[in-house]
Amino acid sequence: MTIQFKQETFRDDFTFSNSPEAIRRFPFPFDKDEYMYAVNIEQHMPGPVKSPFEFPIDIDEHYVSEMRDRALVLKEDPLRCQSLPHMITAEWDLLELLMESMAKNYPEHFTLTRDGDRWHWINRPLGIDQAFTFGDVSTLPQPPMEYVTRQCQGDFALLDQRLDNLWMDAGMITTQADWSLDFDIGMNFMEWHAPVPLAHDMGIFERALKFLLNLQQGRPVRRLNWTMTVNPRLDTSPENYHKWGADRTTVTPENVGDKVHLRVELQALWRLPRSNAIVFSIRAYMIKMNELVTIPKWGRRLHRVLRDLKPELADYKGLTRYRADTVAYLAKHDDGAPTSPGFFPDPE
Amino acid sequence: MLAATIKSRPIYEGLRLDGRAKRHLVAAEGEGALAVLDMLAGEDAALARATLLYAPGGSAGQEHGAKLAALRPDGFHPLPTQPTLLNRLEVILQTATMGTRIYVAGTEGFIGKVVALAQAHGVDPQSVRTEHRGSLARRVQCVHCKGMTENVTASPFVCSHCGLNLFVRDHYSRRLGAFQGVCVDAEVPGEIPPAEELFR
Repeated sequence: MTIQFKQETFRDDFTFSNSPEAIRRFPFPFDKDEYMYAVNIEQHMPGPVKSPFEFPIDIDEHYVSEMRDRALVLKEDPLRCQSLPHMITAEWDLLELLMESMAKNYPEHFTLTRDGDRWHWINRPLGIDQAFTFGDVSTLPQPPMEYVTRQCQGDFALLDQRLDNLWMDAGMITTQADWSLDFDIGMNFMEWHAPVPLAHDMGIFERALKFLLNLQQGRPVRRLNWTMTVNPRLDTSPENYHKWGADRTTVTPENVGDKVHLRVELQALWRLPRSNAIVFSIRAYMIKMNELVTIPKWGRRLHRVLRDLKPELADYKGLTRYRADTVAYLAKHDDGAPTSPGFFPDPE
Repeated sequence: MLAATIKSRPIYEGLRLDGRAKRHLVAAEGEGALAVLDMLAGEDAALARATLLYAPGGSAGQEHGAKLAALRPDGFHPLPTQPTLLNRLEVILQTATMGTRIYVAGTEGFIGKVVALAQAHGVDPQSVRTEHRGSLARRVQCVHCKGMTENVTASPFVCSHCGLNLFVRDHYSRRLGAFQGVCVDAEVPGEIPPAEELFR
């Protein structure tokens, strides 16, 4: 199946939108009418056809435009991509994982040919044709992590495992929800989660860490996380917060349907074969409120979730200024009917 | 004592002599001298294997340096400022050998810089013995321009490099030896809460 890649922007004139097919496959994160933290980790098994879980690495209609936005971010701020020197083996592991998965599941768009260490990669949507020697950085135009993640949707962090902890020692982070790789690089699992409210006292991070330390090769896991973003801006970094923060004051009852986006992160983790490091991928999906309410179940449910969200969580997620307008908009799409269990839309 | 409620902030457990160390490399700043005196006074065997570096900082009037010199350690380096101390420490670390134990005492910003320097020389940060003494002032990195502002005692404050109004987030990077400063009036420029003296 050939994907029709859209030409759109995630800054300035914000022309991003979802096609009706993209709306139906959106990874809606709420399986019931309320939200609280949980260690909601499950096996990253192939999901329903056409869903974002169908393949290990999901490529969708926003691919080409998202990669263009990543290049713009890196041009302004090269510190969004960093790797400590001991992570080079993990970088090659990551390159293999992504190229293999993309070529296998989207053969009309990507081709990987391997002859021992001599590899040949073709990326048709981005017009790239690269022969290189696996393991030899001098044969690629950028180091392997940067090279491959400039061609794959989602942010990526590489976690080294030592001293019974995970250490964020490399990453390509350009679409983050308000955290800084440059600040967090070199931190362990507990340290980089320090600013998250409530969850520490609930023991969430201890349990998640214990689980991840035992992650097995060939058995990746995933979870969903969510926040909200005003305008379809991928680069909601703290680095640029002084530039985008004012967006949060621009929501009105008239524009809320177009401006306010639910932002869902599909987070997946893989154990890597050579380095024993872990890949942590954070793939952001965005949907406008007026797109979301075309799925009646989701309009009802998001209304109830946002209305009843604990204030600390609303603050942490930065929703406080526009929560009321958003809840009022969604209330018009909530007739009070019960919702069916689970994430997926009801059959039409 | 600093509260241990910030998960990314190191815990400064206090200076304790490592009896098995072949060499004691001790860096202190300001009131940190008192922690060094507590640890080393009367420990003649350890002093014979100790190198002390000291920058008086804001404690210059109190003659802590003279008391440290009176311990008669194997090596004593009184230095005028933190940067000159760090330069000297770097030279010493270049030729340091296995069995060297590193100790640091003083303000949090100073501890952070010494631990980061040691880490750059291959020393596990958790092996450095640390004690916080003196001011609670924080060293803060502006997340926007990446500039460091030293001795921050209030939040919000003005970034000494780019001039943005920053609040101090309770998030600490050991690699940078600094807390994170984030623009406080990004959403409504000019809407700045009154500064509070939090880190005296």
